Amino acid sequence: MSRPALHRQAFPPNRGKQAILSALIVYLVYAVLALDVSMARIVTGIGNAAHFFDRMFPPNTDPSKLALIWDGMKQSLQIAILSTVVGLSLSLPIGLISARNIAPAWLGGPARVLVMICRSFHPLIVAILFVKAVGFGVLAGALALVVATVGFVAKLFAEIVEEISPKQVEAVRATGASTLSVLLIGVLPQVLPRFAGLSAYQLDSNLRNSTIVGIVGGGGIGAMLFTASQRFDYDVVLTIILIIIATIMTLEFVTARIRKILL
Amino acid sequence: MSDIPLSAAPSAAQHWKRHSPLQSALRTGITVVIVAAVVWSLRTIEIIPEFLYDAPAQTMDLFARMWPLDWAFFPTDIFPALIETINIAALGTVLAIVMALPLSFLAARNVTRSPVARWIAQFLFVSSRSVNSLIWALLFVAIFGPGALAGVLSIAFRSIGFVGRLFGEAVEDAHPGPVEALTAAGAGTMSVLVKGYWPQVQPAFWSIVLLRWDINVRESAVLGLVGAGGIGVALDAAISNLYWDQAGLVLLTIFGVVWISEFVTSRVRARII
Repeated sequence: MSRPALHRQAFPPNRGKQAILSALIVYLVYAVLALDVSMARIVTGIGNAAHFFDRMFPPNTDPSKLALIWDGMKQSLQIAILSTVVGLSLSLPIGLISARNIAPAWLGGPARVLVMICRSFHPLIVAILFVKAVGFGVLAGALALVVATVGFVAKLFAEIVEEISPKQVEAVRATGASTLSVLLIGVLPQVLPRFAGLSAYQLDSNLRNSTIVGIVGGGGIGAMLFTASQRFDYDVVLTIILIIIATIMTLEFVTARIRKILL
Repeated sequence: MSDIPLSAAPSAAQHWKRHSPLQSALRTGITVVIVAAVVWSLRTIEIIPEFLYDAPAQTMDLFARMWPLDWAFFPTDIFPALIETINIAALGTVLAIVMALPLSFLAARNVTRSPVARWIAQFLFVSSRSVNSLIWALLFVAIFGPGALAGVLSIAFRSIGFVGRLFGEAVEDAHPGPVEALTAAGAGTMSVLVKGYWPQVQPAFWSIVLLRWDINVRESAVLGLVGAGGIGVALDAAISNLYWDQAGLVLLTIFGVVWISEFVTSRVRARII
């Protein structure tokens, strides 16, 4: 018989958690030191910032510049639209195949590996590879975002499909329906609303990324933004950023409304 | 949720329709707009056929140039850059948390009563999210010069909106019971936040942080392309010099790191949530 403890602690300290947290803090201190940032650098930086904002304002509203910027933005929009449409039409079958409850392992395994590879690289890196493969321009950027779309939408779509209720699928199968009918009548109606939600999210995300693929030659406004910032034309940079933000916010608003109407 | 008629034998009097006329008109309108947008994009996209025919050959050429990988490049250039990338991701995430936590309490309807304060917090989140981290990096490189500091700041500023919005929603979902009990006992604001809200939102907090850290590892790998430090600098240098064997090794390293970080996050998530 053990003696009952007189002063039992209500919340005993969690040693493991404390150890992990201390290790984390030690690492963060090391990381800050490894950054090698001197106070002088920060002070200069803040001085620079004043100069920087001074050159940024007012934003450049020269009509010829605006026309150029609008051209770039138009390209970015086109990249976003095309990559979303193509990417989604690929993600639907790939996502279905990667779901563990739909396809056999010999088909699902390779599909999941493909999706994982698509997810591993930032769209900008994929864009570099496509620029090498198909040359500078909109096509390279759009292909890179198709890869990003498959990596994100197919993965989440597969997870959604794995959560469906098996009852409807079994009911359809019990009538002797073909595999295609089981998919169309038993599976898809359960998951399409959430697929639509993912699609709207991905369109926004593709628009954000289509504004930067230009940095590596993938078309769109990014090239202009990068050049303007390297030439210290900060008033143009500000105009471009404001236009990007306005476009993204407008599109986000529109997709939210469309989702409400469609669902 | 389906288009199948409800009655087995619909009579003329019973004609079921899923959507009201206005709804179906709106849906048709949206379909038309989407098709028009796709057609518009397709018509103006420039595809140079010569480049396209050339693509398989170019791709083969790319892989041929990448092989064999230049392993000598790893200890001298890639490894230090890799450590810097990981540091940028970690510090950026921590800095984002520090800035986003107070803001997310400010944005939560059940904590902050003032609509103006909530609106300000929401506005900051939206602006942070609308600007891509590469664009943030361009700005910070202009201010602080090329290097990891610009990278940390751009990761942090891009993450504020993400962490703040999701954590703010988690706070709004918190159960009011413990909070009311503490308030009734006369606890101060700080105690209410720490003892009333924090234990409830802690799992959500760690899951959001892990998710963002995972994203930040990927993003900090490309920040170097605009000069904001990390392994992207090595990638940029290799590609500019057309040393594809070095670029291939950088890509392989990034692939490995992303894979490890995904593995770590899924393990940690399974443990703590």
